[in-house]
Amino acid sequence: MSQEKQCHCAEIQEEELYPRLEEVIKEHKGKGEDLIMVLHKAQNLFGYLPRKAQELVAEGLNVSLNEVYGVITFYNFFSTVPQGRNSVKICLGTACYVRGSQEVLDKAQKELGIKVGGTTEDRRYSLDVVRCIGACGLAPAMLVNDDVYGRVKSPHLLDIIEKYE
Amino acid sequence: MIKATINNVDIEVPEGTNILWAAKKAGFTIPTLCNHPDLEPGGQCGICVVEIEGIPGLKRACMTPIGEGFKVRTHTPRVMATRKQLVELILSNHDTDCLTCVKNNNCELQQLAATLGINVLDYPKFEEKLPIDHTSVSIVRDPNKCILCGRCIQVCSKVQTVNALAVNHRGCDTLITTAFDAGLGNSVCINCGQCVVHCPVGALYERSAAEEVWEAIHDPDKFVVVQEAPAVRVMLGEEFGMPTGSLVSGKMHAALRRLGFDAVLETNFTADLTIMEEGTELISRLTSGKNLPLITSCSPGWIKFMETFYHDMIPHMSTAKSPQQMFGALAKTYYAQVKGIDPAKIVSVSIMPCTAKKFECQRPEMNASGYQDVDYVLTTREIGRMMREAGLDIKEMPDEPPDDILGEYTGAATIFGATGGVMEAAVRSAYRLVTGKELEDVEIKPVRGLKGIKEAEIDIEGTKVKVAVAHSCGQARELLDKVQDQIAKDGKSEYQFIEVMACPGGCVGGGGQSWGSNMAKRARRGESLYEEDRSLPLRRSHENPSVLAIYEKFLEKPNSEKAHKLLHTHYYKRSAVDGKILPG
Repeated sequence: MSQEKQCHCAEIQEEELYPRLEEVIKEHKGKGEDLIMVLHKAQNLFGYLPRKAQELVAEGLNVSLNEVYGVITFYNFFSTVPQGRNSVKICLGTACYVRGSQEVLDKAQKELGIKVGGTTEDRRYSLDVVRCIGACGLAPAMLVNDDVYGRVKSPHLLDIIEKYE
Repeated sequence: MIKATINNVDIEVPEGTNILWAAKKAGFTIPTLCNHPDLEPGGQCGICVVEIEGIPGLKRACMTPIGEGFKVRTHTPRVMATRKQLVELILSNHDTDCLTCVKNNNCELQQLAATLGINVLDYPKFEEKLPIDHTSVSIVRDPNKCILCGRCIQVCSKVQTVNALAVNHRGCDTLITTAFDAGLGNSVCINCGQCVVHCPVGALYERSAAEEVWEAIHDPDKFVVVQEAPAVRVMLGEEFGMPTGSLVSGKMHAALRRLGFDAVLETNFTADLTIMEEGTELISRLTSGKNLPLITSCSPGWIKFMETFYHDMIPHMSTAKSPQQMFGALAKTYYAQVKGIDPAKIVSVSIMPCTAKKFECQRPEMNASGYQDVDYVLTTREIGRMMREAGLDIKEMPDEPPDDILGEYTGAATIFGATGGVMEAAVRSAYRLVTGKELEDVEIKPVRGLKGIKEAEIDIEGTKVKVAVAHSCGQARELLDKVQDQIAKDGKSEYQFIEVMACPGGCVGGGGQSWGSNMAKRARRGESLYEEDRSLPLRRSHENPSVLAIYEKFLEKPNSEKAHKLLHTHYYKRSAVDGKILPG
């Protein structure tokens, strides 16, 4: 999708969320020990942790920006990229892996043009890996949002994900 | 006192002593990679493991206080095998191109691998070439060499309270980086280089200007002038195996001349000049009572720290440039004029104990001469290497004086290199400026030494001036917080004059000093500067004949319009996110 056609409503909404973040920060002003809690709340607000939010949290809680960044990059739960409208999760559990899920993952990264943990520019897809979703009998398996797909072969990947706008 | 044995040797040490230091008492050096005498032990590397009888598992000597009756063994087969394995694991993902590494022959990991006799690597090499951080004009960071010992973080966050570096990411991807992995040049890094001098390996080093300087020296059309900071004369000897703190002023001049510089001048000359400008500024602020305390501005690491974290202190800063930059402005104006040299042909090089000076000389406002005032800054390490490359040994050099007319200096200038020195030099001259009389006892002992924040009250014929000295940005922060509180509460501070140096110990502890330094060495170098001060015939800046001459022939008087144009500067507010100048 070209830049001109891209809608900016996501960013506009994001701007509107900052006053709410300020309120959260106010409750924890100067309390560095509340960092993880505040980051949780911030991520709940934005769906991820934009750079500006990280800067505001650091300033408000009186911790260094690098401490905030260190915590965010350490804990898998936190994300610094916005989540896409659809979450594609490829299982790399043992059964799926031996039945070729790495190939599916490689294909997904190539087709979407993003790495694991990334989001496409149009925010249509986010790509992640999971370790076993209890569908080993269907290996290799993947999830798109709440839908489970089994016996996925890399040539079928696009047919599956294109159903999701 | 605790009684214990180390490898059957009886020892008695104070309670709380860790096994690492206790073992030293018994004559055993336990190897370590992350421990540093000036930093708190962190236990990251695990190399210092030992066995203690009756206690299961191995213990890290740096993190374990010795207990009553402990029987410690420091080199059992199990301990030695574990250490080897740990070092092999580090080497398995370490860029081991030692021959082309800046730390070749000075690397603690290299030495440890040799000490432990590691000659076969049992683990396959796992190397992912990560990009080297070249964003800073002062410091280069190579993550491929980093062993994640955390010394740089400890000194950056605890000693300097800058927090430019931290552990980011996780597991195999763990890296020591700046916020957002933006690179040191896009961070709050103040370029002090304390991370560089604490790094055990080649992961942090200065951005070298040696090639550019060689090129200038070999260019017959260029006239290359060199200035040397006060602290360099008590550091350079170490680069040639001389005892710590050896005073080599004369030998340094001789070696620089032989290296090919066209004029060997002195930062010490402009240190004396700084005192004239800053001393005059102090008197005028004391008279007007405005913007007190006056705070010194010689340390470029401190300047960026203040610009980033203490915006409200900008009016308190002395507007006097640092001696390096005063020299730069004069070399391409006054010196060029008197010597009849086209300033466009002058290449101005400075030898500094400092990495932040590289940043300072490239600040866009530092061009009062119409050119970049100082072209290249070399650290003590870089000039030491260049001298060795040219086959020069400082030990073999005769003592030679610097060249005129920017070379003469007094004892007041030379002590600039030690914490408290600028303050002491300023007081020596301020006394004269206020009273018209000379201060008889020029030695102001309370501001000397490595104590945290030093205070003194100076009596200038009835006028009491309360001064304070801080070295390291952590101590500066403590002092400034106090000043801020006092100003907020009473409208004024108890202090009238404050000296701040970014590095612990002052410039003798700068980021450009020889590898393998510690506080004891910094102290020794400082003492040598005070020795030179005592040995010089003139010990007050206002007695320097070349300084008097420059005012008479060129600058008119201290703080004159011309002096302001060339020798004074202004400061910016910087972002605490990326260190960049804020708009407005």
